[in-house]
Amino acid sequence: MTYEKVNELNLKDTELRLGLPGTEQAKEEQEVSCVRSNKRQLQSDNEEESTPPTKTQIVGWPPVRSYRKNNNSVSYVKVSMDGAPYLRKIDLKTYKNYPELLKALENMFKFTIGEYSEREGYKGSGVIPTYEDKDGDWMLVGDVPWDMFSSSCKRLRIMKGSDALALDSAL
Amino acid sequence: MSEDDEDQSPPSDLRSQPPPCSPNKSRNCISSSSSSQTFPDHVLENVLENVLQFLDSRCDRNAASLVCKLWWKVEALTRSEVFIGNCYALSPARLTQRFKRVRSLLLKGKPRFADFNLMPPDWGANFAPWVSTMAKAYPWLEKVDLKRMFVTDDDLALLAESFPGFKELVLVCCEGFGTSGIAVVANKCRKLKVLDLIESEVTDDEVDWISCFPEDVTSLESLAFDCVEAPINFKALEGLVARSPLLRKLRLNRFVSLEEVHRLLLGAPQLTSLGTGSFSQTHQSEQEPDYAAAFRACKSVVCLSGFRELMPEYLPAILPVCANLTSLNFSYANISPDMFKPIIHNCHKLQVFWALDSICDEGLQAVAATCKELRELRIFPFDPREDSEGPVSELGLQAISEGCRKLESVLYFCQRMTNAALVAISQNCPELTVFRLCIMGRHRPDHVTGKAMDEGFGAIVKNCKKLTRLAVSGLLTDQAFRYMGEYGKLIRTLSVAFAGDSDMALRHVLEGCPKLQKLEIRDSPFGDVALRSGMHRYYNMRFVWMSACSLSMGCCKDVARAMPNLVVEVIGSDDDDENREYVETLYMYRSLDGPRKDAPQFVTIL
Repeated sequence: MTYEKVNELNLKDTELRLGLPGTEQAKEEQEVSCVRSNKRQLQSDNEEESTPPTKTQIVGWPPVRSYRKNNNSVSYVKVSMDGAPYLRKIDLKTYKNYPELLKALENMFKFTIGEYSEREGYKGSGVIPTYEDKDGDWMLVGDVPWDMFSSSCKRLRIMKGSDALALDSAL
Repeated sequence: MSEDDEDQSPPSDLRSQPPPCSPNKSRNCISSSSSSQTFPDHVLENVLENVLQFLDSRCDRNAASLVCKLWWKVEALTRSEVFIGNCYALSPARLTQRFKRVRSLLLKGKPRFADFNLMPPDWGANFAPWVSTMAKAYPWLEKVDLKRMFVTDDDLALLAESFPGFKELVLVCCEGFGTSGIAVVANKCRKLKVLDLIESEVTDDEVDWISCFPEDVTSLESLAFDCVEAPINFKALEGLVARSPLLRKLRLNRFVSLEEVHRLLLGAPQLTSLGTGSFSQTHQSEQEPDYAAAFRACKSVVCLSGFRELMPEYLPAILPVCANLTSLNFSYANISPDMFKPIIHNCHKLQVFWALDSICDEGLQAVAATCKELRELRIFPFDPREDSEGPVSELGLQAISEGCRKLESVLYFCQRMTNAALVAISQNCPELTVFRLCIMGRHRPDHVTGKAMDEGFGAIVKNCKKLTRLAVSGLLTDQAFRYMGEYGKLIRTLSVAFAGDSDMALRHVLEGCPKLQKLEIRDSPFGDVALRSGMHRYYNMRFVWMSACSLSMGCCKDVARAMPNLVVEVIGSDDDDENREYVETLYMYRSLDGPRKDAPQFVTIL
């Protein structure tokens, strides 16, 4: 049986086999090896995805000065929902626009959000997504263009219940 | 824009060569070894002075000073601009003793790798001893240009007070001062033409320094403060610009909004270089200002930078000036290819282009299609991590090489590269003098063939006959360095990281590159044998930096002992006691005045 050499590795050496060493179970091996080699392929193609995001970075590498790094938006922001027992964290960079973000939040906290309008904010659900921006002010999610939001958003807070109702009526 | 511009000339001005005549001897006692017998010495001296004063180039002046003692002396009298590539190569006293009539000083301090946190803070490079010595010796000093120096507010105050004719202050990658120091300079240097703070760390002392400029018309030609992370008094800035008729270059920080930039532009259409502040609309106003009209009025703008906090929909406002642009810096702006292409399509005259890799290979192809005059390209990573996406690749670089044949300088961050692309650029761009490639994932091979990047870099050093600066990355064996040693005859600066297999690699370079001046190496398997093999070179180099290599303390001590005019600094990591033999960081440089006296605790001078 031949195994293709993926990245100069001989998969046969690392194959997990069912049964005692030395015995051959041809068909089963084949299935196992197919799965294994596919997996290997995938892994080498998607190298970035398989490495955990919290991999420790080497000091000073890549050689980019810190003032350049600071200018790029921080991606992970904390999300709190009124009444929820603990906070969540999301990576803003994984979303391209508001609908995507709101959908993700809806799924995460199991709520539905009302319709957004520039004049009246979120109407109808008693749930209002807000965020804290770079200046420390609490803003309504959706007012500014997405790019500006994602680069200035420091944390999110989903208001609901009496706070939200009060805001609703105020608006 | 000044990220590591190549300096044009060779080593330090002040080598240990025919020592100058001692000050005790009077003029007539100096017997010149010049051939003239008929004219008295002082006449010859005057003639020489009148001739040598026209020499501008450092290179020429250094050569002239070596002719004989008389030429040495006259050259020293006529040199008004002094360049010191390493502030620890000599003492301030030596500078003022040799050169008596200095108007302009360019001084560099920390080694470049300090920018990447490879050196603990407070290492040194203090401006203080220089300014205090010059305050007494050079009352007519006009220009100070510092790079990677530690400058305090007191230093700036002393500078402002000591030099009545002071005209130009340029601080690049400096730190140690704040807005209060800047305020003193603004206030006291009445003849100030240039105040450029570039990529420096400036503390916010909550001083309204813009208001400190004198009330009358100023001589300001260039004002750059984009690195100052502090709000400014816009009204005062507007007033300053209005009373600075000679102002041509203005680089604002991100605290100046787009609407404010608009107002400034309306009042200063004579600008040639503009660094915008924040390029986003903060307030939803009824009548949006006509930004395009303001830019259109700036018929002289040839250089644009800034674009912080960019809101891409405002980018088209710059379209009216694109056709004139020779320099464009988008490296703080996260611009997608779709936003980018309509802009670059108009920039036919562009020579210098800096951007983030968010423009992707597609954006680079657009640059290649339009910017036929391109000389310098720098692509920075939006996401500077080893395992980031990497939106640019060999495709973008290859396209650039095919479209921009006049390319001279490249800095390229990417995650994927091929030898073929490097071969292509080496053949398409024969004018390359600077080639710096950073494949961010360490030890990455050619992503198509899986081979090391040896052949690609080999082609670069072989075909780019004018190459003076090289930074390598990716998977590299000793072979790559063999090529460098064989073909890199003009290389002056070399940066190596995570490369090579053995001492031989470094040996090839030290033995083969006669012009090598600045060598910076990190995390590469080079050890004592390699270090020893370069001893014939170190007096002719500005510095050598080796960190996380395989050097031993014993060998470094040997080198220090064998070369008394070389300062060998070993910069320790946290626990010095654990492994006393291992050298974490070696930084060594020649010096005329012995080891420095201001070394901090973590530095051991051998």
